[in-house]
Amino acid sequence: MDSTDFWTTEHVCLGGKRRTGLGTATEAKRTPTRWETTLVSKRTALAGLALTKRPNPTVSSLSLSLSLSLSLSLSLSMATNNHVLLSKMAMNNGHGEDSPYFDGWKAYDANPYHPTENTEGVIQMGLAENQLCVDLLEDWIKRNPQASICTADGVSEFQDIALYQDYHGLPEFRNAVANFMGKVRGGRVRFDPDRIVMSGGATGAHELMSFCLADPGDAFLVPTPYYPGFDRDLRWRTGMQLLPVICNSSNDFKITKVALESAYAKAQEANIKVKGVLVTNPSNPLGTMLDKETLISLVSFINEKNIHLICDEIYAATVFNQPTFISISEIVEQDPNCNLNLIHVVYSLSKDMGLPGFRVGIVYSYNDAVVSCGRKMSSFGLVSTQTQHLIAAMLSDDEFVNMFIAESGKRIAARHKIFTCGLAQVGIGCLKSNAGLFCWMDLRPLLKESTIDGEMALWRTIIDRVKLNVSPGSSFHCSEPGWFRVCFANMDDKTMRVAIERIRAFVFESKEVEVEVPSKKRRWQTSLRLSFSSRRLDDVTMTPRGMSPHCAMSPHSPLVRAAT
Amino acid sequence: MTQNRFNLQDSEREEDDSSNSVSSSNNSGAAGMRIIVPLQGVVQGRGGLVLGSVIPCALFYFLQLYLKRNRSPSPSPPPSSPSPSSTQLSELSGIPRSLSRSHLSPRGSTGPTYVSNRASSITKSGDSPYYVGLNKVDGDQYDALENPDGVIQLGLAENKLSLDLVRDWFADHLKDSLIIESGSDLSISGIATYQPFDGLMEMKMAMAGFMSQVMQAPSSFNPSQIVLTSGATAAIEILTFCLADPGNAFLVPSPYYPGFDRDIKWRTGVELVPVPCRSTDNFNLSIAALDRAYSQTKKRGIKVRAVLITNPSNPVGNLLNRDTLYSLLDFAREKNIHIISDEIFAGSVHGSEKFVSMAEILDSEGFDRSRVHIIHGLSKDLSLPGFRVGVIYSYNEIVQAAATKLARFSPISAPTQRLLISMLSDEKFIKKYIEINKDRLRKMYAAFVNGLEELDIKCMKSSGGFYCWADMSKLIRSYSEKGELDLWNKLLKEAKINVTPGSSCHCIEPGWFRCCFTTLTENDIPVVMERIRKVSESCKSRH
Repeated sequence: MDSTDFWTTEHVCLGGKRRTGLGTATEAKRTPTRWETTLVSKRTALAGLALTKRPNPTVSSLSLSLSLSLSLSLSLSMATNNHVLLSKMAMNNGHGEDSPYFDGWKAYDANPYHPTENTEGVIQMGLAENQLCVDLLEDWIKRNPQASICTADGVSEFQDIALYQDYHGLPEFRNAVANFMGKVRGGRVRFDPDRIVMSGGATGAHELMSFCLADPGDAFLVPTPYYPGFDRDLRWRTGMQLLPVICNSSNDFKITKVALESAYAKAQEANIKVKGVLVTNPSNPLGTMLDKETLISLVSFINEKNIHLICDEIYAATVFNQPTFISISEIVEQDPNCNLNLIHVVYSLSKDMGLPGFRVGIVYSYNDAVVSCGRKMSSFGLVSTQTQHLIAAMLSDDEFVNMFIAESGKRIAARHKIFTCGLAQVGIGCLKSNAGLFCWMDLRPLLKESTIDGEMALWRTIIDRVKLNVSPGSSFHCSEPGWFRVCFANMDDKTMRVAIERIRAFVFESKEVEVEVPSKKRRWQTSLRLSFSSRRLDDVTMTPRGMSPHCAMSPHSPLVRAAT
Repeated sequence: MTQNRFNLQDSEREEDDSSNSVSSSNNSGAAGMRIIVPLQGVVQGRGGLVLGSVIPCALFYFLQLYLKRNRSPSPSPPPSSPSPSSTQLSELSGIPRSLSRSHLSPRGSTGPTYVSNRASSITKSGDSPYYVGLNKVDGDQYDALENPDGVIQLGLAENKLSLDLVRDWFADHLKDSLIIESGSDLSISGIATYQPFDGLMEMKMAMAGFMSQVMQAPSSFNPSQIVLTSGATAAIEILTFCLADPGNAFLVPSPYYPGFDRDIKWRTGVELVPVPCRSTDNFNLSIAALDRAYSQTKKRGIKVRAVLITNPSNPVGNLLNRDTLYSLLDFAREKNIHIISDEIFAGSVHGSEKFVSMAEILDSEGFDRSRVHIIHGLSKDLSLPGFRVGVIYSYNEIVQAAATKLARFSPISAPTQRLLISMLSDEKFIKKYIEINKDRLRKMYAAFVNGLEELDIKCMKSSGGFYCWADMSKLIRSYSEKGELDLWNKLLKEAKINVTPGSSCHCIEPGWFRCCFTTLTENDIPVVMERIRKVSESCKSRH
């Protein structure tokens, strides 16, 4: 199963530069010794299992090389340290950083773009971070020195706050967070401060949830495409598993009851105990929101099966267009038939307030046992009281919070428009979205072959030649090759323009190359070259594939919408 | 049975807590607490007969149920710990709690929802008198003026003696704002955006400097060996995840810090094997006892992966001398296991003895370092438990790498790190702080121990930590764990003093108690002594 851990997540690469035991592709090419081969075969057996999940045969080669590299790195570290035993966790690759998807992050780390000093560097578009509003935060912090207990104005509260280490969290912090959560959901639901459990970021919150709900071997169902960090955050230390619920582009990746039922049935066949369903709403990586019907059908599904529903709503206030966001809380509080003990919300201030450095994660559970157990568990990831105090003050400033959310929405909307329009001009579409800090970009037309290998090849070109770190769909377990998540809010306008320029140049180039290869069978390509050579960019709203007679564009295709 | 009663109270309390919480959503938590405390009295009142007869039956039934449930195909069911009956007892009594009311749900049945076994297991460790006492203080804390009849907290190792120094430093040096005008590290982009999860490099450097200062190590600590986590609790859990698989064990000289049972065992599935130390040896660690525990554990088919020591010891407060450290290293090499040295109190040494860090031994001799890991933090030595800074200082590169990645689950907020970087970099201040703090600790220790001595309660001679290890065996009615817990209960309920009983620390001799004195002012000491005196007299009169 290790082989299906694909990583491109924003959280990972920040871990520092000292990584050991990285199984790179070059290592994997070495001829394995006999001992290593035995190890490989074990792993391959696992990789074979992984195959059942993913019908594409090309995965197997990937898995093999992965497992090879794993065993090699394992053997290398064993050689240096074989005399002191370490845990399997320390030695295995549950962190997933040995995956080839890390190459994008490595490329960025090795050669980061800088507007003046390194204009040829790699631009980071894999990090879902909102840097568009830091000036607002800075301004507030400067205007409110009393919010920090470490300034002359705020120091009167130093003693109590600095000593407070209770895992319940400061009462003012819990109250402020509960109010804020209600506010960003339009005041349609109220949250009880006594159900707020804190943790080290949403990362910690998710792990805490899975520690509380699942035993080793148990599983959550997760609709694909899903945030790749889940594979590590939920599984690594807890020993649980994630099973994909396959969604696809034909209905804009909607979660259907049929897909849920089929994933559930599959798990039962495999004798895996399903403990819950995990959804992100608004979705990461899609940037779309679950509509009321989907939420209702989810709730009825989990009630039928008597399993938990974990809703990750960390982008609840990062919604920049209609329709408005509907929280799971609104649905379940109106549904008298829903067993509230099954409902849990994960929240964080990293995205909605643009404060990932503060590492504030929240678990809001309607289940008393989970609240009480989660509280105790939160002692492994408490937020510093200095930060709790600061956040409490900031979130209690209603005027500021209202202004911030409105302004942040405007800025993200503007950035989203610049980016999607820039892409649309060269015929690249994105799934229609209205939330999040990223787009789900459709590069299917640029794939040489419509397989995961084809996607990886294109992705490597984008990393190495176009010099953008974007995240390929396969790292999100997307069932269709050719989709990429591109983050657009972690850079300034100038860098954004450079990034768009690079994508456009690349699209032209690849189309021209394609055209230059003589292929008389397809007449449409000639006309394409004409249009490109004339460089009437704005006319090109359709992709070559879209024009292909073999692949008529469906009226539901996101391409059509994105272009309009 | 005494303990069972506490557990039940605790569970009742929690349920009250949650039912209350719904109604008091508008009020602050404090208001809720005021309702809960009287409720507790009611619960205790009706405890007697009914509970006494129903519970043993229920216990037995649930034990059966529990065993049945646990016969699931998990790879290695955690073996029961060989610890004294206290754990057994509390484990038993934990079961009815986890299954109480809404959670009465055998796994797999289609009844109410189920949470994980791990989640239900936490109720066990929550029942230790250590936690019960800590909870008891909540909402009814003693205050000389505001709440003179409140509970005096001697169970929490926090230090209020020198916090004024830290506070004043912040007030003087960070006058205006958390953010200093551009050009400084405290700019917004340095705190709001994603930062490395294992700590900022500047923070690691500052921390390395601080550790060298408090441990008075001749050579310095290497910042790149440091992984920062949110508190030592997380540090020690992450280290455990790195060193041991579920079902493996650590040897821990007892008495040991009661929090270990939860912090280490709960989520990792690692066992702790107490290695009993005795009052006749001044509770010093003996390698022979370690060896014995090692072979016994091995005989049970359990792999021992490490020895976990606290130095200065918590709860006794004594220091490990050089010879012991050498023999410990030899022992670890011979058995091919790790050493975890929890040195969180390294800078809080008040006696005449000099503290020797494991790092110092490794510096001077050609020992195999890759099996040694040190835990430190700022909660004790800089009196900042709220800031949640823990340190894993490992000499093993693989552990460093794995811990760096695991730190993502327990990161420290960036603004807090930035603030601390500026303070820790002020070496002059740190030096002054350590000196003054030691001086205050010394005075407080002397005053507290003398006070107890006047009541004919002797303390084990100690040199470090925020507590003393007091021998109250003369006050207990039966020389047993039950006698000890009766006295503890009396101190908590009648004298309104929360101390930590030795049984919570897996001490094999009954009658010892850990009393933290650093939360007190000098004026509080006579109040504490007077309260203890009353209990002591009533105990003696009944003899």
